[in-house]
Amino acid sequence: MEVLKLATAGSVDDGKSTLIGRILYDTKSLTTDKLEAIEKTSKQKGYDYLDFSLATDGLVAEREQGITIDVAHIYFSTAKKSYIIADTPGHVEYTRNMVTGASTSQAAIILIDARKGVIEQTNRHFFINNLLRIKEVVVAINKMDLVDYSEETYNNIKADFEELMSKRDYQDQNITFIPVSALKGDNVVNKSENMSWYSGTTLLNHLENLDKGDIFNAGTPRFPVQYVVRPKTEEFHDFRGFAGKVYGGELNVGDEVIALPSQTKSKIKEIYFYDKKYQTAARRSSVTITLEDEINVSRGDMLVKANDLPKIEKQFTATISWMDAQNLSAGNKYVLQHGVNKVLAKVDKIHHKINPDYSGIEEGVSSLGMNDIAQVTFKLNKPVFYDAFKEHRTNGSFILIDSQSNNTVGAGFIN
Amino acid sequence: MSSTAHINALENESIYIFREVAAQFEKPVLLFSGGKDSITLVRLAQKAFWPAKIPFPLMHIDTGHNFPETIEFRDKLVEELGLELIVRNVQDSIDQGKVKEETGRYSSRNHLQTTTLLDAIEEFKFDACIGGARRDEEKARAKERIFSVRDDFGQWDEKNQRPELFDMLNGEIELGQNVRVFPISNWTELDVWSYIEKEQIEIPSIYFAHKRKVFLRDGLIWSHSEYVYQEEDEEVIERMVRFRTVGDMSCTAAVFSEASDISSVVQEIRDSTISERGARIDDKRSEAAMEKRKQQGYF
Repeated sequence: MEVLKLATAGSVDDGKSTLIGRILYDTKSLTTDKLEAIEKTSKQKGYDYLDFSLATDGLVAEREQGITIDVAHIYFSTAKKSYIIADTPGHVEYTRNMVTGASTSQAAIILIDARKGVIEQTNRHFFINNLLRIKEVVVAINKMDLVDYSEETYNNIKADFEELMSKRDYQDQNITFIPVSALKGDNVVNKSENMSWYSGTTLLNHLENLDKGDIFNAGTPRFPVQYVVRPKTEEFHDFRGFAGKVYGGELNVGDEVIALPSQTKSKIKEIYFYDKKYQTAARRSSVTITLEDEINVSRGDMLVKANDLPKIEKQFTATISWMDAQNLSAGNKYVLQHGVNKVLAKVDKIHHKINPDYSGIEEGVSSLGMNDIAQVTFKLNKPVFYDAFKEHRTNGSFILIDSQSNNTVGAGFIN
Repeated sequence: MSSTAHINALENESIYIFREVAAQFEKPVLLFSGGKDSITLVRLAQKAFWPAKIPFPLMHIDTGHNFPETIEFRDKLVEELGLELIVRNVQDSIDQGKVKEETGRYSSRNHLQTTTLLDAIEEFKFDACIGGARRDEEKARAKERIFSVRDDFGQWDEKNQRPELFDMLNGEIELGQNVRVFPISNWTELDVWSYIEKEQIEIPSIYFAHKRKVFLRDGLIWSHSEYVYQEEDEEVIERMVRFRTVGDMSCTAAVFSEASDISSVVQEIRDSTISERGARIDDKRSEAAMEKRKQQGYF
């Protein structure tokens, strides 16, 4: 069992915080003191029910306005799994937060208000989860209690959503529909008694039984070097270890590897995790590797298997999600961070904007504003070693940093 | 539940974060309180850089109101691992007139630490301060980034945080700014305890059940100590207690417990229905107590 990271998306008032609060409550993850705080505040506000959204809305401004304005992380566990929920807001202006939350998630819940059905916001939520190639998506049709638990309403919404699905780029995404009432607790953790027509499982049960399989993109091992360990002690006088995290697939002692960008060949001599040697470095493990030959490798370089090279280019085209108030225009320069490697990037061409609601593309744009998504070609001052995002979620993504403000201003997914 | 695979995943993520700090910053420091979270950080840092030593010092902001067991433990750990320890005292900030000692029933030096910390960051020009805060602890902390930028005044602008995507950490800052780094952001209290058990990490004795003179107030168990304000009618009793979280004596409440070894502590946490910070007196001041302190530069 590992940790399941879960993103949530819903529009304002779709009841996202209430759903999370409900999950926490029904899995008995809310501690007595937190529960008492919720009861107390609900009473102060004059509610005749428990306002579970109070369990997650952390910042003062959120409590005042009753909305969620940033990504919050919520933790709970069952006997089977540990869950981390990235609670991201649904307003149109917070696309960037949704992209951020989804980037670290392996599964996502999209909420739909049963009274409203599929709205423009739903298109956006689905678009982003599909763009980020999240393997498992649950469409939770919420507030079923307010539509008399109607099967017909559920089926209509499902049909509308299925129409969207035909437009998606990443067709292998698994999508599951569940009718729920977060407020009343139907089909969240406990099976509803009000919807006998629904033969599927509850939301939590579905998540519990997700076969995580290869949510992290199995396949090609990539080892970006984070740090060179040189102890310079008597005992480890000549030790030169390359510390990093293994992505994509495992590495073994004896593997023939090539260091990029120098393209020098060597073999893996030892694999350390702390003070123990291992034969294999598993996917996503943070190890230290030594090589048979003394070759020049430093931070930002990458070790790959000799027979399986990534693309090595000084130019590429990517779908980017722009996250800054200052526009991106052709000719602008940014620091491009690809994994742990940083290069300078110049915007060569903005090809077109992609409307994140499946309403098509916009050509002839000269700049991008906050929350825009677009196809952009970059020229780089040094080559990067990348794979297409659809083949390698880690080695196919990057962030853009503004060298004036130092802020992270965009995220990219390489074609 | 905390299975081995799940703890391993968290450990791998934390080691990755430590290596990013060492690679991206010139003067990092690990803020060490002597509590279980910062002890866990030290173990993770050891693993990240082995066989080299941890490439940055530890710093303790000492309020002078610590449990003596914590200080003893701190000094022993530093000596055993051959680490550099910097200590800066809240008492000095009080003597310099920079902060004023609180008085009365709920007085604590916990608040005052912020000034001493910010002064020390300036003194040593630290550009990254590694801390043991976890997102599961408190709702303002749930919004923290792993690399969280602080301005020249040490302040947190929670509405203008950098997005963190995938596991790419952006540590670019201007001179004078610093980054607070939280390598165990994604750990829960139970994860930390399970890790301590799995790794057989030594922790201060006050985390285990022991006899202590205490008194009861507001449903909490307070230590009887010269540092803790006590009304005359608040009766001192002796009970078996332990601490779940360790800050100052003035802001940390005990829990009744018979858990005298690590496996019974883990069991007790598993069964617990009260959150860890429920025993933090400093959080009870108002609903937004933590957020306000964080904006000013607190951890």
